[in-house]
Amino acid sequence: MSALPLAVTRRRRRSVRHTLDLRVSPYAYVAPFFLLFCAFGLFPLVYTAWVSLHEWTLLSDTQEFIGLGNYATLLADPYFWNATFNTLSIGVLSTVPQLLLAIWLAHLLNRRLRFQTLFRISLLLPNVTSVVAVVVIFSQLFGRDFGLINWVLSWFGVGTVDWAAGTATSHVALSVMIMWRWTGYNALIFLAAMQAVPRELYEAATIDGASGFRQLRSITIPMIRPTIIFVVIVSTIGAMQIIAEPMLFGQSSGGGGGIATGGPDRQFQTLALFVYEQGFANSTFDFGYASAASWLMFLAVVIVAGINFLISRRVRGGVV
Amino acid sequence: MRLRYLTLIAVAFFSAFPLYYSVVVASRHNSALAQVPPPLLPGGNLLANVARVFDTVPFGLALVNSLIVAGSISVAVMFFSTLAGFAFAKLRFRGRNAMLVITVATMMVPAQLGIIPLYMLMVKLEWTGTTYALIVPALVNAFGVFFMTQYLSRALPTELLEAGRVDGCSTWGLFWHVVLPAARPAAAVLGMLTFMSAWNDYFWPLVVLNPDNPTVQVALSTLASGYVNDYVLGLAGTAIGTLPLVAVFALFGKHIIGGIMQGAVKG
Repeated sequence: MSALPLAVTRRRRRSVRHTLDLRVSPYAYVAPFFLLFCAFGLFPLVYTAWVSLHEWTLLSDTQEFIGLGNYATLLADPYFWNATFNTLSIGVLSTVPQLLLAIWLAHLLNRRLRFQTLFRISLLLPNVTSVVAVVVIFSQLFGRDFGLINWVLSWFGVGTVDWAAGTATSHVALSVMIMWRWTGYNALIFLAAMQAVPRELYEAATIDGASGFRQLRSITIPMIRPTIIFVVIVSTIGAMQIIAEPMLFGQSSGGGGGIATGGPDRQFQTLALFVYEQGFANSTFDFGYASAASWLMFLAVVIVAGINFLISRRVRGGVV
Repeated sequence: MRLRYLTLIAVAFFSAFPLYYSVVVASRHNSALAQVPPPLLPGGNLLANVARVFDTVPFGLALVNSLIVAGSISVAVMFFSTLAGFAFAKLRFRGRNAMLVITVATMMVPAQLGIIPLYMLMVKLEWTGTTYALIVPALVNAFGVFFMTQYLSRALPTELLEAGRVDGCSTWGLFWHVVLPAARPAAAVLGMLTFMSAWNDYFWPLVVLNPDNPTVQVALSTLASGYVNDYVLGLAGTAIGTLPLVAVFALFGKHIIGGIMQGAVKG
């Protein structure tokens, strides 16, 4: 036997392995993500829809198919509508001023500036703070009798405000917490987009005598529109899912009424908190009902995000 | 000009003040809180209050749990994201573009929607109450994959990979010897971002763990709920749970900010 055929087989085998390596290995490399997503992302999502069509509690062994029964009950549930209203109210109160402020801050940071890094770090500091810490700290600041905020307000002749007790006041307090945590983060994203705007545009505008505000309106905002749309959509989706803030605010402001109701009168119970209440905090662990509420919440997220997408696509700044 | 600095200084002040104030309260007696005006300088009671936190909730265990959870998630996310990012950025295979689009699209799916069946799944797997329930679903995520894809398609020269091929490297060999070293700067940023968000995660741990085996955030929420009038205790816990992260951020903040600004815009 000569050595030649052996070498040929070996080479052929190696080339098969090589082709296999080129063709198949990419799939193996992206597989972990897709497998995990299917198991812990996609499957729960689809299964929620199935559960929502059943009378399904943790306590009973049988699950009765009731079609859209849970959805019908939900639409007649005043607590559900209350939670929807609260979600929209807190969402608008926290998102609109936050995004305006973030654009303005990014605009200030986009010039030549000393201590640039220091300012950026201080802006992002709140975002590094956990939501639990934020709410515990702010609950103290918003305290009725000895809170720092009421103390400062008293200089201006404002009487003692019981922040957690009222609908409007609690929504303001929660919005301040959300704004404090997210404004700097969004400002940095706007800043990144602004830095890609060609400098010549500003130089030309300066020569034409345009003010800083005019430049922001007529150059910056139109130029960073894709980023504005992106941030608006992401913030909307986030705002529709607010849960930790009202949950913890109800705990640590001492309002009573359990952690899932969002205050004794449900004055700040959001949709996500409503879902949690039905599924986990309710003595019946009503998974079917909570799943139906999740799907309606998802629907609300899609609708509100869609509306915001259409609105922000029309943002033209001051291009006249 | 001057107004701009004043504004930015004011914003920096408001960003830092609540954290400072939590340390002020955490270092005092509860009696100091029933004062008008409220105290604005730290007192000398910090260590005693911190000791009280460890007596009230299993905070040592919580710190260890959080370290294990956030640490293992970060390492896994760094590894798997680089692996998938390498494939998406530099390898050719059928369906690549479609798969990348799907990956990015999954970032838009609200995770909370699936929390109930996810919990049921964990009950079936008998993972409730254990840290598996936190670690396994978080081993890799769409943001990480997207982030590394972006970075590698820009920062890793294709010629380098071709040279490796000519030298007889397999795809895995290329990943191990060429891609991983090249990905290090971005992977480090991704690791820090992942660590922070895993450390700060609140809702899912609250649902799936129990108070005997908490993470830091779950322990903090126990402190905040069970001891309603003991603000000092709550804020002392908050301070210990937050300061390590703030310290890391103060050291590496520049890189983290660079990473956020890079990763988010292209979305």
